[in-house]
This record gives sequence, C-alpha cells and structure tokens, in this order.
Amino acid sequence: MREQSHTRRRRRTPVYLGVFAAAAVILAACGDAEQNALDPAGPFAQAPHDLIIPVAWIALAVFIFVQGLIILSVVRFRTRKDDDGSLPKQIHGNTRLEVIWTVIPAVILAVIAVPTVQGIFEVMEEPEDYLTVEVIGHRWWFEYYYPDYDIYTANEFAIPTDRPVRLEMTAADLARSPDLGVIHSFWVPRLAGKQDLVPGQTTFLNIQADEPGRYLGQCAEYCGVSHANMRIRVEAYEEADFDAWVEAQTQPAAVPADGTVEAEGRDLFLELGDGRLACASCHQVWEGDGDRAPQQGPDLTHLLSREEFAGAIHDMTEENLREWLRDPDSMKPMQYEVNGIGMPNLDLTDDELDALVAYMLSLD
Amino acid sequence: MSSTTEQTGYAGRPRQRDGFVGWITTTDHKKIGVMYFITVLVFFALGGIESGFIRWQLAQAEQNVLTEEIYNQFFTMHGITMVFLVVMPLSAAFFNYLIPLMIGARDVAFPRLNAFSYWVYLFGGIFLYSSFALGGAPNGSWVGYAPLSTDAVSNMAFYAVGLNILGVSSLAAAVNFIVTILNMRAPGMTFMRMPVFVWMALVTNFLLLFALPIIAVALFMLNVDAVFGGQFFEPATGGDPILYQHLFWLFGHPEVYIMILPAMGIISEILPVNSRKPLFGYAAVVFAGAAIGFIGFGVWAHHMFTSAIGPVARSAFALSTMFIAVPTGIKIFNWVFTMWGGKLRFNTPMLFSIGFVSMFTIGGLSGVTHAIVPHNAQQHDTYYVVAHFHYVLFGGALFGLIAGIYFWFPKVTGKMMDEKLGKWHFWTWLAGFNLTFGPMHMSGLLGQPRRTAVLPGELGSTVELYNLLSSLGFVVLFGSALVFLYNLIDSTRNGEASGDDPWDARTLEWITPSPTPFENFHVVPTITHRDEFWHRKYAEDEAGRAIPVPAGAAEDPDAGAEHDEHIHMPDPSYWPLVQTLGFFPFGYGLVYGNFLLIGLGLAWLVIGMYGWIIEPVAEGDDDEPDDAEQVAPTATAGAH
Repeated sequence: MREQSHTRRRRRTPVYLGVFAAAAVILAACGDAEQNALDPAGPFAQAPHDLIIPVAWIALAVFIFVQGLIILSVVRFRTRKDDDGSLPKQIHGNTRLEVIWTVIPAVILAVIAVPTVQGIFEVMEEPEDYLTVEVIGHRWWFEYYYPDYDIYTANEFAIPTDRPVRLEMTAADLARSPDLGVIHSFWVPRLAGKQDLVPGQTTFLNIQADEPGRYLGQCAEYCGVSHANMRIRVEAYEEADFDAWVEAQTQPAAVPADGTVEAEGRDLFLELGDGRLACASCHQVWEGDGDRAPQQGPDLTHLLSREEFAGAIHDMTEENLREWLRDPDSMKPMQYEVNGIGMPNLDLTDDELDALVAYMLSLD
Repeated sequence: MSSTTEQTGYAGRPRQRDGFVGWITTTDHKKIGVMYFITVLVFFALGGIESGFIRWQLAQAEQNVLTEEIYNQFFTMHGITMVFLVVMPLSAAFFNYLIPLMIGARDVAFPRLNAFSYWVYLFGGIFLYSSFALGGAPNGSWVGYAPLSTDAVSNMAFYAVGLNILGVSSLAAAVNFIVTILNMRAPGMTFMRMPVFVWMALVTNFLLLFALPIIAVALFMLNVDAVFGGQFFEPATGGDPILYQHLFWLFGHPEVYIMILPAMGIISEILPVNSRKPLFGYAAVVFAGAAIGFIGFGVWAHHMFTSAIGPVARSAFALSTMFIAVPTGIKIFNWVFTMWGGKLRFNTPMLFSIGFVSMFTIGGLSGVTHAIVPHNAQQHDTYYVVAHFHYVLFGGALFGLIAGIYFWFPKVTGKMMDEKLGKWHFWTWLAGFNLTFGPMHMSGLLGQPRRTAVLPGELGSTVELYNLLSSLGFVVLFGSALVFLYNLIDSTRNGEASGDDPWDARTLEWITPSPTPFENFHVVPTITHRDEFWHRKYAEDEAGRAIPVPAGAAEDPDAGAEHDEHIHMPDPSYWPLVQTLGFFPFGYGLVYGNFLLIGLGLAWLVIGMYGWIIEPVAEGDDDEPDDAEQVAPTATAGAH
C-alpha cells in the first residue's frame, strides 16, 4: 500500500499551488483595468453588481462545501495501508438525503430568483428625464446621433453625468439601411451591461455615469474581421461641460481660406478625380448648408474633437492619419475589395496626402 | 469468416474481416468504436493546434502572430472541431463499443447504419477541413449567427453544409443506439437494471434525435441564404436575424447536455467500481439525467439574454436556467456519496472521475451566475463565459471521457495503460487546465470580450497577466497531451496484460474476455440484477457487507444455456463507405451553388442506398439456422 501514501502526498501539492494561484488571482484583480465590469461607475452597472456579489458569496460557499466534501471523502475513505481487503458496506442510497439535496438547492435558487427577476425589469425600464442617443453599429465602428441636437459623431461620444442616457440602437453598414448590417453589441462595462444591436430592429440600453471621465468599451458580439478593433469611448462631462461640448459639435465646420493647403485638401475631399471615389461620397463635413445627414462613413465635421479614430484603435495624430489615408487596411483590416465594407485604398499621391491630412487636422 | 453460403446478386459482400479491407468494410460495433476513437485523436490534435495559436496570439497585448482573418478562422474551427469532431464523436466511440456489451448484445441494431454514421462523420470532418485549402475556413464563429454568416466572406457555407453532414451521422447513430437499447437488451435486463452509462446514452440519443432536426433546419436556411440568396435572416426583406439564434440555441443548449451526459454516465460507472460499493442513489442519478434532458430544451434563450428579447422572456429563461441546476446538483451529491463510506482506489480512471466532479462543480456554479440576467449582460460574450464552458466541456466532458479511455482500455486491448504515466497525465492535465481556464474568469470580468483577434493593451496589465497565464497553461496541457498520447501508443504495444476483469468491475462488459471476442458473448447472459457481474462475484451479508461468492458455489444463470446457440453476426459491407462518398459532391455542390454537383451527389447517395438494399446476406437467409456452424467465428475461437 506504499503507493497509496505516495498518491496522497502528490495530491497535496497541487492543492497548495491552487490556493496560492487563487490568492494571486484575486490580489491582482485590483489594478489598472479600465474596462472593468467589477468596478461600476453608474446606477445601471451598480444594480447588476449588487445582485451578483451576494450570489458570488453563495456560490463560493457551495463551492467550498462540495469541494470540501470531495476532499474529505478522498482523504477519509482512501484504502488504508492496513486494509484487510474486505469490501465496505454496500449502501445503495438514502431517500432522506436525496430529498435534502433536492430541496435545499431549490430553496437557495428560489431566493436568488426573486431579486433577479426584479432586476431584469428595473435595468430595462425607461428612465425619467433621460437624454436619447441613437447608436448605429457599423462594420467596424459605432456611430452616434443626438436627435435633440442633430449631432453626429463616431467612436467617441459625450454624455452628461448624473443623468440617465437611453441608447436607441440598431445596426447597419450603409447609412440607416438594414441592408448588409450585422449584429454588434454595445458594452461599456463600467456604465452598464451589454446589449446587442440588431439590423432591422431597435434595442435599448440605459447608461449613466456618476463621475466625469472617459469610459472604455468595445463591441462584444463577433462581427467579422475587425471585431476586435471596434472600440467605444464614452466621455462623461458635468452638465456645463456637456453643454459646451454640444455647442461646439453643433457648429458647422470651418471652411479653410482659399489658396491654403487645407483648401486644397478640401477640394480633394469633395472631388478626388481619376475615377477615384471622393471622400465626400461616404463622409460628411457639414459646413452649415442643408441638413446634416447620416453617411456611410463617420461624420468628420469635428474630427479633431475626438482623441482616436478608426474604431478608436489609433490616436488622432498626423502620422496616423497620413498612414490611414495611404493604406487603411494596414491600420485596421477591412473588406473593401471583397465586400465593399470599410475604407478603400484611394491610391493617394504624397501631395494629395499632405493636403488631405492638413484639411483633416483643420476640422476641430 | 469464410462463408460457404452461395452469394447471390451482382454485388457480393466482402468476405474479409481483417486487414485494411476488413476495417473499411466492417460493421462490427467494436471496430467502428475504435475507428471513431482514432479519428477523434486526429481532430483533437487539429483543434488543439488551433487553440495553441489562439493562446500564442493572446499571450501578449497587441500581438499579431496571425492576421485577424486567420485568427478568426482558427477560433471558429477550434470551436467546431472540439464540439462536433471531438467531444460528440468521442461519446459515439464509447456508445459504439460499450452499449452492446453493457446490455448483453452482440452488435447494434443496424450495423451497416453504424458504419455509415462513422464514414459520414469522417467525411464531414474532412469536408470541413478541406475549406482551408479552398479559399479559407469558416470564420463566423461556431454559433454562426446570421446575418454575418450569410456573408460570402465568412465562408460559412462550409459550416452550414459541413455541420449538416455531421448531423446526418449523429442522427443515424441516435436512431441506431435508441433502437439498440430499447430492443436488444439481454433477457432480464430491465430498464432499472441498465448501467447508468446506458441510461445516459439513451437520454443523449433522444436529445440528438429531437435537437438535430432543429439545427438542420437552421443550417439549411443559412445555407440557402449564403449561397442561393434565400433571405430568411435578411432584415432588409423582412427576414429575422434573431430567428437564427432561437433555432441555433434550441439545438445548442440540448447539445451541451449531449456532450456532458455521456461523461456523466462514464463516471457513474467508474466511481462505484473504484469506491468498491454501488452507485449511491441509482434511480436519482438516472432520473436527474432524464430531467436534465427534458429541462435542457427549455433554457435555450439564456444564451440570448443580451439579444433582442424582452424582460418577460429574460425572466422566464432565468428561472428555467436556475431550475436545471437542481438535477445537476443531485448528480454531484450522489457521486460524492458514492465515494463516502467506500474504500477508494486512486487509479487513473478514478482520478479523472473525481477531477470531473470537482471541475464540473466549478463550471456548474459559474453557470448559475449566468442566470443572474442583469449581470449576465456583463459576463456574456466575455472570457468569463469561455472559462465557464471550458470548465463544463473540458473539466467536465473531456475529463469524464478520458477517465473512460483509461478505464475501458483493457477491455479493448487486453492491456493496461501505464499507471505511472497516467498519473503524470492526470496531474499535469488538472494543473494545465486550471492554469489555462481559471484566469479567464477574471480576464472576462475585467473586460476582455471573446472572439477578439487582438488583446487590447488598454485592458490593462492585469488582463495581460491573466492571458499570459492562460497561454502558459496551454503549454502545460500540450505536454500533458503528449504524455497521454505516448501512453496510449506504448500501452497498446507493450502494456501489461490486464486479464479479463482488471478493476473488479460491476457491469456486463467485463464478464466476457478482454479483448472482447468477435461475438462479444459466447452465451448471451441472463440478467437477474443491476450490476449483474458484481452479483455473480459477491453476495451481501445481513450487515450489507459484500462477501465474495466462493468459486463454483454460485448458480451460474447461464449454465445449461444452449452453448450451441445460433450466433448471428452482421456481415461486412462496402456500401456504407461507398454511399457516403456521395456527400462530397453533394456538399461541395451546396457550398458553391453548383447544381450539377448536387445532382451527382444525390444520384450517388441514391444509388448507394440501392446497393445497400439489394446487397445479399452472406450467411444466407436468416430462417435457416442450419448454417449456424459455418458462421462460428474462427479468429477468436481460441481466446476463451
């Protein structure tokens, strides 16, 4: 029976290792995670959090109980060195025990079920005095539209603090057309749980931030080649700052003075020539004439007011913008050639790049 | 087997039972089981390599080992492979080998259909993998949500057609096993005397029978949308993308139980044998398994809590999801109490079985947290979910199935797998598994979504650390898998002789010699007890203690049975293989929208069916028992 004791000793080691590993895992949990679902920053993230924490404790208790029982059985009922080779008592079952471990888990679950169902209705309810933002999931960027202010923006959007924001969401690749759209999911963990965006349908999500700040998120429903490159930025402002942001965003874009390199860029933006698709056929720079309308690509009227671009995976720098215009696919894989999705390579010359980048950088 | 019976018809039956022809024409459930097993090993290696690349890519933030395009193909194929080409067919390998042996039958009800199932599985797998060479593998994830999957660049036509082909295999197998279990049990083997594994196999195959037609419809619609412009799921023309999700998960959730119940059955056999006492609460375990099967059809929308469904539906599915934890808990407690009061032997199958109970409990508990719907919206589609279902399907299903491999290896080969290597395998497997998937709980909650080809640096260094740990865990698992593979191959050649009953086991398959003779049982046993074999070896005294029955004292229930009874064994056949080849032109036709190929494939399948129907019986007409002597097996006659 020497082998048995060996087995026992070997079993101990991983248990300790497991404990250390678990401790390390839990300790490391605090830190620099900015997209942290365990760190709610508003009521619509707090409510689910308050629900899961007690459940996690119950689960931990059940875990310890069951694993304890397994370890206890293993230690206590191992075949011992001095075993006489006889067989243990042949027990076939016990009805009382069966009833106990049917009823107790059922009761625990019933207790959990009540606040769960309440919570489901609460977080989905239409809140009072909210701001509406329409969200359209495109491959592979999010578009935001403020119907109250007629503002379009992309990747990043602003919300006021201490006030619920209700997102009215759908998905489309072409502007506001359900054709060719695929499902995405809006997820900014510190502000709320996620909600899918479905082409041809409208879904709703409530978010709210208690403190001003930048909240990170990303698309959470697999949507094709650049699913990983479809990020969300929520900039939460105090009421006054938010009003200022709205004020700035509702201004038309500045038209560059004639003869400048920016004006040259503007001309190229409107008309590229050589049979190439013009920027303006997919992007809008609203200069105050007519309606601001949704487009296939992001609205660029106040491009420079955003810190990042291309699904918010690249910083808004001159070099990045230049590289993006030179070869978009190298910055973010898309499928313009095979599928008409994303930004095409426009074969821009160096001079054209200079002019267009200068124009982009003037769109503040 | 050389039959002197005159063969009629223009297409005779193969006469060879060994060698290459013997294998490809076999209708023997044991050989088919072994072929399933070996094929699974190959696909497991492929799926494992894919996961290795996934872990390599995610070992550090912002890495591009693979392009997004290739990464997406790999994670999609990893999921498809592990679910449809590894766990399900590995269960089928056990069903094949064990069901007839455990119920005292000489083969399954439809032996040629059984071979057909295997070939369809193999060719379905090859078909799916051929996509790598034909412009890229499917990259729309294993759930294949429309409308993304209807997009040509997703290559999901291969997925839709490939899975439908594999579905044909599983559906045929399900019918076969259900009929076998219902009709071919040995005399005296009542339902409540059946081994739990057979019970779980029965429940699983009913689940397959009811669930597969649903996915078949969904995949067919997807196929038509993707290739022929069907627009079932296209919102622009009134189609509904959410419909696909309902259909998929109406299959997909029972599928989870299709994968886990066989493993539950396996450990329900191994725990009693190595605890030296019967399964605690046999009836409870059986009925809990059946209950899981029923409730499993009523929880599907819990995969869609963040999709477009309203609060009432969310609440209803939250409740049913919590409810299904109850029968699962019943099983866990019964397994623990099977060990309680026993004399435990910690051989490798036992270690993997205990590992199953322990790891599956973790997966079960994280599963209950998914039912907390408001928070599900945080967990859904993150690595927390990846962690959860790997604890269920790897820590659960795979641990159980591996336990079964170690446990029944002696039955198949007559040799033991090496215990020392087995224990190395177990402990490294357990450690590697937890190192890989444990940290994913945290990386998911800290904001890492699944199915992302890049680990964003902005998620922070903690998430990066967890991902690195997961990737290191893969290295451990890879090494562990090599130990297992070496052990398998080496033990097949050089393993210690096992004898007929190495574990002092309880069920019928051990009553017959190991390796199993061709006809399984020289005499079909008559069953008087649950755990029949055990009761032939031991009696219980008044205190409930088992005492060995002295040799010769027991009344042999089979004594005096007609030893010269007519042993009817299925004949080999070319047709399952030949017919199944027709799935290639049929499948490629459906993928490329080529009606010529579709027609050719259909014609092939129909001709194959006719060949099958008019094939002669080598033994001659069943009504002529005089031929019995001629079919007595020659190859294995000396084994007893």
